[in-house]
Amino acid sequence: MNPHLLLAIPVLPLLAALLAGLAGKAIGRAGAAAVTIGAVAASCVLSCVVLEQLLVEHVPAFDGTVYGWLVSDGVRMQVGFLVDHLSALMMVVVTFVSLCVHVYTIGYMHDDPGFQRFFSYISLFTFSMLMLVMSNNFMQLFFGWEAVGVVSYLLIGFWYTRPSAVFANLKAFLVNRVGDFGFVLGIAGVLYYTGSLDYRDAFAAAPDIAAKSMTLFQGHGWSALTLICICLFIGAMGKSAQMPLHVWLPDSMEGPTPISALIHAATMVTAGIFMVARMSPLFEYSDAALSFVLVIGATTALFMGFLGIVNDDIKRVIAYSTLSQLGYMTVALGVSGYSVAIFHLMTHAFFKALLFLAAGAVIIAMHHEQDMRKMGGLRRRMPVTYWTSMIGALALIGTPFFSGFYSKDALIEAVHASTRYGAGYAYLCVLAGVFVTALYTFRMMFLTFHGEERLDHHAQEHFHDVGWDMKAPLVALAIPSLIIGYLTVQPILFGGYFGEAIKVLQAHDVVGEIGREFHGPAAFALHGLLPGPAWLAALGVYTAWLFVLKHPEWGADVRRRAGWFYRLLVNKYYFDWFNENVLARIGRGLGIVLWRGGDQALIDGAVVNGSARMVGWLAGVTRRLQSGFLYSYAFWMIIGLAALLGWFLYGI
Amino acid sequence: MQGHDWLSVVIWLPVAGGLLTLAIGDRRAQAARWAALLTSLATLAACVPLCTGFVNGTAAFQFIERVPWIAALHAQYYLGVDGISLPLIVLTAFMTVPVIIAGWNVVEKRPAQYFAAFLVMEGLMIGVFASLDALLFYFFWEAMLIPMFVIIGIWGGPRRVYATLKFFLYTFLGSVLMLVALIYLYLKAGDYSLASMQRLPLSLVEQRWIFLAFLLAFAVKVPMWPVHTWLPDAHVEAPTGGSVILAAIMLKMGGYGLLRFSLPITPDASHELDWLIVALSLIAIVYIAFVALVQQDMKKLVAYSSIAHMGFVTLGAFLVFFILSATGQVKGAVNGLDGAMVQMISHGLISGALFLCIGVLYDRMHTRDISAYGGVVNVMPKFGALFVLFALANSGLPGTSGFIGEFLVILASFKASFWFALLAASILVVGAAYNLWLIKRVVFGPVANDKVAQLQDLNGREFLVLGVLAVSVVLLGVWPAPLLDMMEASVQHLLQQVVTSKIPVI
Repeated sequence: MNPHLLLAIPVLPLLAALLAGLAGKAIGRAGAAAVTIGAVAASCVLSCVVLEQLLVEHVPAFDGTVYGWLVSDGVRMQVGFLVDHLSALMMVVVTFVSLCVHVYTIGYMHDDPGFQRFFSYISLFTFSMLMLVMSNNFMQLFFGWEAVGVVSYLLIGFWYTRPSAVFANLKAFLVNRVGDFGFVLGIAGVLYYTGSLDYRDAFAAAPDIAAKSMTLFQGHGWSALTLICICLFIGAMGKSAQMPLHVWLPDSMEGPTPISALIHAATMVTAGIFMVARMSPLFEYSDAALSFVLVIGATTALFMGFLGIVNDDIKRVIAYSTLSQLGYMTVALGVSGYSVAIFHLMTHAFFKALLFLAAGAVIIAMHHEQDMRKMGGLRRRMPVTYWTSMIGALALIGTPFFSGFYSKDALIEAVHASTRYGAGYAYLCVLAGVFVTALYTFRMMFLTFHGEERLDHHAQEHFHDVGWDMKAPLVALAIPSLIIGYLTVQPILFGGYFGEAIKVLQAHDVVGEIGREFHGPAAFALHGLLPGPAWLAALGVYTAWLFVLKHPEWGADVRRRAGWFYRLLVNKYYFDWFNENVLARIGRGLGIVLWRGGDQALIDGAVVNGSARMVGWLAGVTRRLQSGFLYSYAFWMIIGLAALLGWFLYGI
Repeated sequence: MQGHDWLSVVIWLPVAGGLLTLAIGDRRAQAARWAALLTSLATLAACVPLCTGFVNGTAAFQFIERVPWIAALHAQYYLGVDGISLPLIVLTAFMTVPVIIAGWNVVEKRPAQYFAAFLVMEGLMIGVFASLDALLFYFFWEAMLIPMFVIIGIWGGPRRVYATLKFFLYTFLGSVLMLVALIYLYLKAGDYSLASMQRLPLSLVEQRWIFLAFLLAFAVKVPMWPVHTWLPDAHVEAPTGGSVILAAIMLKMGGYGLLRFSLPITPDASHELDWLIVALSLIAIVYIAFVALVQQDMKKLVAYSSIAHMGFVTLGAFLVFFILSATGQVKGAVNGLDGAMVQMISHGLISGALFLCIGVLYDRMHTRDISAYGGVVNVMPKFGALFVLFALANSGLPGTSGFIGEFLVILASFKASFWFALLAASILVVGAAYNLWLIKRVVFGPVANDKVAQLQDLNGREFLVLGVLAVSVVLLGVWPAPLLDMMEASVQHLLQQVVTSKIPVI
């Protein structure tokens, strides 16, 4: 593969971002949109070319350095690309979704004064995300990791005059930094045990590291690899919003909807999933770390789904759905089903971006109304949005033949087949999660598009369906949401698509196991119609229909009867309360104690000012500073010394 | 003057330019300003031949100038640079230029004297980094304080006397013991040259005392916890330019002293007492970061953040022995030393830029109280963008210079102990918290009050200064290799000195 071509893929969006950001006024709105869309489209085409080279021409994977960043003590820190079947797939997904979002943005941000700035940010994001997925070493991975975090920070706070947005972006950055804190320790551990930051060296050394033990407390040895993997996964928990580091994602909905689709659904939040899959040669050697991954993922998958049921904000429902689906992917990682995780990541990227963009279209049509209680019956007013949303919703709940079905059903089968510690619990969670997913998804669909119109006067008056600049991306995303699973399930999961890119030990190969009972995508889907997850999903839809359309009065009744449980859900399990009232307060309290008590009272009060007599004496001397006396003295002293020096030196 | 005496040029050119500026006087302020600016630019230009002529790959000192100075004391006018001192000299020359421009017509009181003080100080500070003779070093070390006292004392805030006094008290007490140690070394070695002192065999007892004497002097300058409380006061009272130089250059002298004096002259004592430095560094990183979190005064916040960041310098410098005992080899120790050096350069740029940003706000609003601001970006978009960039750089964002030093030191500290790395890495969270919380309260949000609503965005002069610094921070962040290459041989050599015992074999 041509390294210049590979380099162009991330660099084009970077240049476009710089141009739109620094010269936004000069090139104007149309210019900024054209430049960034052109660059991302070019990246998308080039990514497809790369994928085609790998698939059709069977060009070997590229693993090489393109820029030497620094060398310290023999440790080379470089910018380098590893482009194989895994990263090429990610590149195509990232650039395709990004392109759709770019186009959609023209309509969505049409009236916004920050138009150019927005395009600059999303192009910069595309660059950062590509650097992350294309990396062949930990240093660049961390660069991309942090860079997407910063762009996410800037975009959540895009409308910086809104206090809630400015709160949300700070929260997002800090929670992500907690994850990065673990991540950086994991990277340091890799360097410690392998002496290199390159994936290649780290992967080769994995079995050796697994045999090593590390003493953290006197007398308690830890497997070094388990420690490293858990540290790395803590990074993934931040970025991919796994409990308890999930709290930032719902709040990130303060950002404009296009970035909710791009960053907080389709791409950035899946970086953690991608990272663990990329690190499969490390994780495979640590059953303990994978069990940890499994339990965290399963808990997130089910319990975040519950929160989607009680929310009335259309974007937040989709956000909780994203959390839950990220949990599903994490579960897949935990049972060594890395290829299933990436497969679900891909299908999810399409249908979730679609759902978000559709929600954005509704919000724009409703004149910035996000409360579903004030919607209803919109399917007549915006048919394209309705039908594309319906495709997304059916894909999300795993309807046979839709893309989400293939990834989710394979995922559930994989968990079922796994014997890893925690797999039983995870199986329960993902099964129950199917019902919950269908329930909240169709609650949202019914509330928004079906039933009576509940639009208030303002929305009635100003309602206008969106234009084709926003509808076209919906259609473009609806197509893969519908068919991508059917087309690709065989090669990606059972055809050895990932090859060397993902490593699974023979004993953990759950995907191979389900592959033995796979007889083509159609048979797989028909098999899905038998009693199982699809029935649970149908039950969920039926329940949603009962509660929303048939007997709307039931909701209040249930809320009253399950009072404590309802309160628990409405308060999001009190995570935010705990963070704001306990952790943040402890942090500030500690700061005040150390400052007032340590610095001011102890060091300054007792020690420094304690030598008060000396200070008093010196004050008498230095008070002359103000008169300017000492000041002129100082200059004369320097002049004198300089003259002296000159005399000694040259005998002037 | 001979063509290769570039070190003398960069020391005495600014001093001479400063005297010229002083002579031009306050009445011809415009001429004085231009004289000062041209001098600082000429000094920076004189660094170019130093950099281009510098040979990487050798630890030997270069651009050596050596003539007898005070014959009776065997003191020499002995200058030279290696990969450790040259970057700091360039940093000094570089940072003086924005200080001059930033003070252009902001300083109304005795402008000529203001600029003169900074130029004289520039020369003396470069002298500190270029001296290879301990007495000459000590001369520059002490002399440089005078212009700083003057700057805080004349152009400082309302509590300037208290701050100057505290600053004086701390540094004076620290330096006196260093002088005693240097005299002791002179008496044993026979002259003041650093090379003889570094070669001199010393018993562990001698080393221990000398190490502690040095430590006091350098720890005050860095400043390390618990001798740091002068810094926030000095910063708050100093004028903007004073704060910039204080943070960007003066603190680095402490770190430089540890690398140039403590480690090579007293390696065995450094080994014995490394736990002390590491402990104080980790306290500085964790403790001070929390203190920074609760500051109400922007300058104090950045001052405390400086202390925490300088903790990485001292931590990185003293990891050698822990790595040696944990892994049985020194591989990785250079990461720590490299990290310490890069952190010094990077912190010079970033903290300087942050103080300049605060100065921009202070010039307009005459308050540094965080609660007086809010929504500044609405009226000052250019300023807001740059301030956010520097705050992100200060929280160690990859792609900016702030990342490299911290990252290298964290990597190295993992080799010494998992717990060191854990504590050091906490800066990722707490550092982001205080930097971005500051940004949230000052830059973002709706316009807080009428005063903020009337703010004017950066003028051309301010934009130039901050823009150049922004470019430098990003450039060093994405292209650090030249700096690392320049340091490589000297740092390796330092490591050899550090792991070689100087205790005489009896």
